[in-house]
Amino acid sequence: MRLSGRFGRFGGAYVPEILVPALEQLEAAFLDAQDDPAFAAELNGLLANYAGRPTPLTRCRNLPANIYLKREDLLHGGAHKTNQVLGQGLLAKRMGKTRLIAETGAGQHGVATAIVGSLLGFETVIYMGAEDVERQKLNVFRMELMGATVVPVESGGRTLKDAINEALRDWSASFESTHYLLGTAAGPHPFPTMVREFQRIIGREARAQIEEQLARLPDAVVACVGGGSNAIGLFADFLEDDVRLIGVEAAGKGLDGEEHGATLLRGTPGVLHGAETYILQDGDGQIADTWSVSAGLDYPAVGPEHAHLKDSGRAHYVGATDAEALAAFKALAEREGIICAFESAHALAHALKLAEAEPDSIILVGLSGRGDKDVAQAQALLA
Amino acid sequence: MSRYAAMFDRLNREGAFGAFLMLGDPDLATSARLLDEVVRAGADMIEVGIPFSDPVADGPVIQAAAQRALAAGVRVADCFDLIAALRARHSDVPIGILTYANIVVARGGFMRDAAEAGADSLLIADVPALEAEPYVREMEQGGLEPVLIAAPNTPDATLRRIASLSKAYTYCVSRAGITGTHAAGSFDRGLIDRLKAAGAPPPVFGFGISTPDHVRAALATGARGVICGSAIVERLSRGGAAGELVGLLKSATSNDKARNDSGAQ
Repeated sequence: MRLSGRFGRFGGAYVPEILVPALEQLEAAFLDAQDDPAFAAELNGLLANYAGRPTPLTRCRNLPANIYLKREDLLHGGAHKTNQVLGQGLLAKRMGKTRLIAETGAGQHGVATAIVGSLLGFETVIYMGAEDVERQKLNVFRMELMGATVVPVESGGRTLKDAINEALRDWSASFESTHYLLGTAAGPHPFPTMVREFQRIIGREARAQIEEQLARLPDAVVACVGGGSNAIGLFADFLEDDVRLIGVEAAGKGLDGEEHGATLLRGTPGVLHGAETYILQDGDGQIADTWSVSAGLDYPAVGPEHAHLKDSGRAHYVGATDAEALAAFKALAEREGIICAFESAHALAHALKLAEAEPDSIILVGLSGRGDKDVAQAQALLA
Repeated sequence: MSRYAAMFDRLNREGAFGAFLMLGDPDLATSARLLDEVVRAGADMIEVGIPFSDPVADGPVIQAAAQRALAAGVRVADCFDLIAALRARHSDVPIGILTYANIVVARGGFMRDAAEAGADSLLIADVPALEAEPYVREMEQGGLEPVLIAAPNTPDATLRRIASLSKAYTYCVSRAGITGTHAAGSFDRGLIDRLKAAGAPPPVFGFGISTPDHVRAALATGARGVICGSAIVERLSRGGAAGELVGLLKSATSNDKARNDSGAQ
């Protein structure tokens, strides 16, 4: 490996030996592409003309007006995921791979991977927990419509973490022909660094937009954290500034119980899915079951850079409960005419508290995805 | 001399047969009995899994075994008790632990506890040579011999690193992918030759070994032993007897052809 792959004590590449050459090949391809203007030109072309970048920065009109929304919900595919699947898809082409595999929870990353598989001409296989396949039939159909094969995973709790396990098992046998298009800034090196770089555009655009509109930087930047890709993408270009960075985890049914996904707030350091990071686990190191109303935040580990940002104190992590997120989801729809993803509603829920406590602060919120996927669930929950 | 070194000495040119069992599968009492059974059936070395909820290097058979153990409420402390009881009954058989990094990290003093229970070696499936150094240091301080994995696609520089870091044996994977009987290995003589050139500990093949022919093919490369896991665990899960399969596979390790081929390296 050419880079350390460490964020303080966190990160690394904890994979079976057989996968190490595949990670080395990926790191080399990524670093070479970073130095290749042709790669940047192709990626930027796709981001602009296919995915619809730049995305707008919207100042709230009826909710507190010191809240600014970075509108990744308007990106093709309906979430920030599209930014990095295009990057990884082009890298997979460079490496001569013909097949993509990916994990998905509720289906957002699976849909994004199916998009890039269709666009760039890959055979695409999506691993999805059998439980999630049942719950998210519409997203399964979307993926299949775009030519992907969805494989229900029956092992473990039959949800996202089990889908990642199964994708890693596939990759252990298929790495010669196959790129594992991991969906977030987690997993073994180089994924956390690579995904951050492909998501950095969120914060870079938002920074330029807010400077243009206000001639200043925001006081606080708020994003939800599951694996952490939209948060790290939004934070990356503010790390050196005097700007508060706040990640919002899923507090589920409450942080005092066990039904949440608040890895940084309630987890302990360990090793899962290729990285040393914070993990929700029992005293023996068995991985805990998690809960969140939003599938995208329902994950027992977290990207290693967030673990480091927490320990170093550069970023601050808080929780929003299911109920708080739902209230924010509803408020954004009623007051601003925007139906956001349940994940993004967690960030907004904290921003609303902050806006009340600090009416003079400028608050930038990552609105990471749109809520189409959640409307049926919302209808049931809000009825 | 370590138990592994003594075993390889004693076997001379005969291949070592390693039997893998998941500790606590399907429950503690049965597991204790099965450990005895495979030693009596002729296993030269015993490899034991400590169950982990998310075993990414394992196929369906070993995953299911870990799930059965965890569902039975088996804790890491119980696994050390099983090892201690096995050690009390069999003082010479080498016992190696196979598990995952998070299980090791979660228990302060894992290496020392494992050695005190009577284990000889530790292989952490998701700790490649690249990340192994701090773990190896702890194993050595605790009194365990480190075992690392070598794969057909592992470059020579990494094999040299494996040689310098590991002791008991080198776990050679016979093919890409995960553990299981779904695909036989293609026992790569080139890997064995490269490991020998690197000065690595005795190479032992795992992954995809379920028949006497697999055992003979693996040993014909010059490997010093084989480890059979999924085939044994699968047979047990269907109510079969482990001892019979262990006896059958062990008998293939003294095959004359294997001996001659390995002698002609």
